[in-house]
Amino acid sequence: MSADSVRLNVEQASYAYSAGGRQAPLFTLEATSFQARSRELVAVLGPNASGKSTLLRLLAGTLKPLSGRVELDGFHTSQLDPRTRAQKIAVVQQESSMLFPLRAWEYVLQGRHPYGRTFHFESEEDFAIVENALEQVGASHVAERWMDKISGGEKQRVVVARALAQQPLLLLLDEPTLHLDIGAQVELLERLRRLAAENHYTVVVVTHELNMAAAFADQVVLLHKGKCLKVGPPAEVYRRELLEQVFEAPLDVEFSPEGRPRVSIRGRKETGLGSVPAQPA
Amino acid sequence: MKRLTFRRVLWTCAVLVVVLLGAVVLALKLGAVPISVTDLVLSLGRVAIGRSAELPSQFQVIVFGLRLPRIILAIFVGAALSVAGAGFQALLRNPLADPYVLGVSSGAALGAILSLILAPEIPLVTPAAAFAGAALTITAVYFLGRREGQLDGSTLLLGGIITASFLSAVIMFLMTTLAGRDLRGMAFWLMGDLSTPLPEELRWVFGVGLAVGISAIYSTAADLNLLLGGENEAIHLGVDVRRVKLVVYLAASVLTGLAVSVSGAIGYVGLLVPHAMRWLVGSDYRVLIPASALGGAIAVVLADTLARTIAAPTELPVGAMTALAGAPVFIYLLRRRMR
Repeated sequence: MSADSVRLNVEQASYAYSAGGRQAPLFTLEATSFQARSRELVAVLGPNASGKSTLLRLLAGTLKPLSGRVELDGFHTSQLDPRTRAQKIAVVQQESSMLFPLRAWEYVLQGRHPYGRTFHFESEEDFAIVENALEQVGASHVAERWMDKISGGEKQRVVVARALAQQPLLLLLDEPTLHLDIGAQVELLERLRRLAAENHYTVVVVTHELNMAAAFADQVVLLHKGKCLKVGPPAEVYRRELLEQVFEAPLDVEFSPEGRPRVSIRGRKETGLGSVPAQPA
Repeated sequence: MKRLTFRRVLWTCAVLVVVLLGAVVLALKLGAVPISVTDLVLSLGRVAIGRSAELPSQFQVIVFGLRLPRIILAIFVGAALSVAGAGFQALLRNPLADPYVLGVSSGAALGAILSLILAPEIPLVTPAAAFAGAALTITAVYFLGRREGQLDGSTLLLGGIITASFLSAVIMFLMTTLAGRDLRGMAFWLMGDLSTPLPEELRWVFGVGLAVGISAIYSTAADLNLLLGGENEAIHLGVDVRRVKLVVYLAASVLTGLAVSVSGAIGYVGLLVPHAMRWLVGSDYRVLIPASALGGAIAVVLADTLARTIAAPTELPVGAMTALAGAPVFIYLLRRRMR
């Protein structure tokens, strides 16, 4: 297959949260640039308050960049109308609460909303897409269960299935591994890689899990205090001094035979930490 | 997967319409002068073929002069309050939201009273002032219910209940100091009462307002389903959140204002009916809105029939009946939510 063209183009995009009046802005994300093709998985990495969520919102189009541009297939994401945007961009957020309980399939069916009209009732095609999405994430068996009665890992799969039902070009995930155990984390990221390859998505994962990003990302965007410090493949971004500065911890970086970096706490290698959280819990 | 189809919505409505007709027959039959169902059916048949002149005059007065207008009013008010309640629940993401509990009905009542004191000669001023009172109150309660920039469920309810109490006090003050004016009694405005039929000239306004209000909320039904999952989620799923919230805010205020201007502050209908309907037909707003409109009509027709007959010949205000049923349900839902 020919090389995939650039789908997501972030060019010198910046944002500032105003404190009102002439006061200095509360938080600024300085000019950030990177590009992503379809089937690529990008990890946006950084400690808390580094600007990860702001960047995610710029990509999702819910924030308009103060300068620069965020383009998806040539369209400014913040200028798309809500429906069109939801057909192109799916966002998986951290935990959300339902006011009235839903069954898993009803939840996934919400992903078809951007394709419906006001008095539209879902078609056979919509239901086929829902079933397919549940199957793709391996959650068909919980389709009839209530969302508040299934395990965290199953719930996360259903949430991803809803994003798949949107049939997006760009899939954004905000800390998707936050409440998952290590097994479920690996499974989710492997699944995201596979989905990106099969469905030609561009996937952007916001995370502070250094080793998860190192193991699965094609590209890493490293943020620190509102600055984009480095963009590139994990092997280029994972420099010891750089990571130590960003995460303010003594770290070691090793490389696997395939060239994937692996981070551990310096002098503590024998503890065999699977992943080093950026922020001590 | 038990799918929601247009067909299922129609069937649900058809069943509820039949129940509503049953309730109407019961309401026509029961009262200080009981009337047999046979007589009712025969007389309705005569009216249908244009031979109403043949009916005994006493019968005509009771059925068509007294009971039927009151039933029609009950249907309108019940539908308006239930849909307003379902709308507020989605708008505020609070399952306990209800025009009465949030003080919106009291605000509408105060608006209506002020219009009757200040400018009763302007046509349609009462429903307009009631709408303004409702809209202002829900705005105030919305800001009272915020903590650290977030809408907080319990604070919102508390803010609404206190607002209702304050506005009731203002209403009592006005009613007491201005006694003798041509205002309906305190019980009417504070508890709600259906004994005054809709004035002839208000009928079409009320009908059109009701239809527009309910249709406006129904037009956002699919969006409201997503809004219940949170505003951020809804935005990412393609909902124009600002527009939807504005539509529901205005329409629910119109519905509350209309209902209160003709029947006073009848409580808990907007809480009880949507919850009963969620249990019966599910929580999808595309079926919940029409089901709540019909269910509200049924509930208020029955409640008013009970209020008329339980202590006959004395009549209770219908609001006393709905509060007797509504308050315990409110407590139950509140306890369940806190677990």
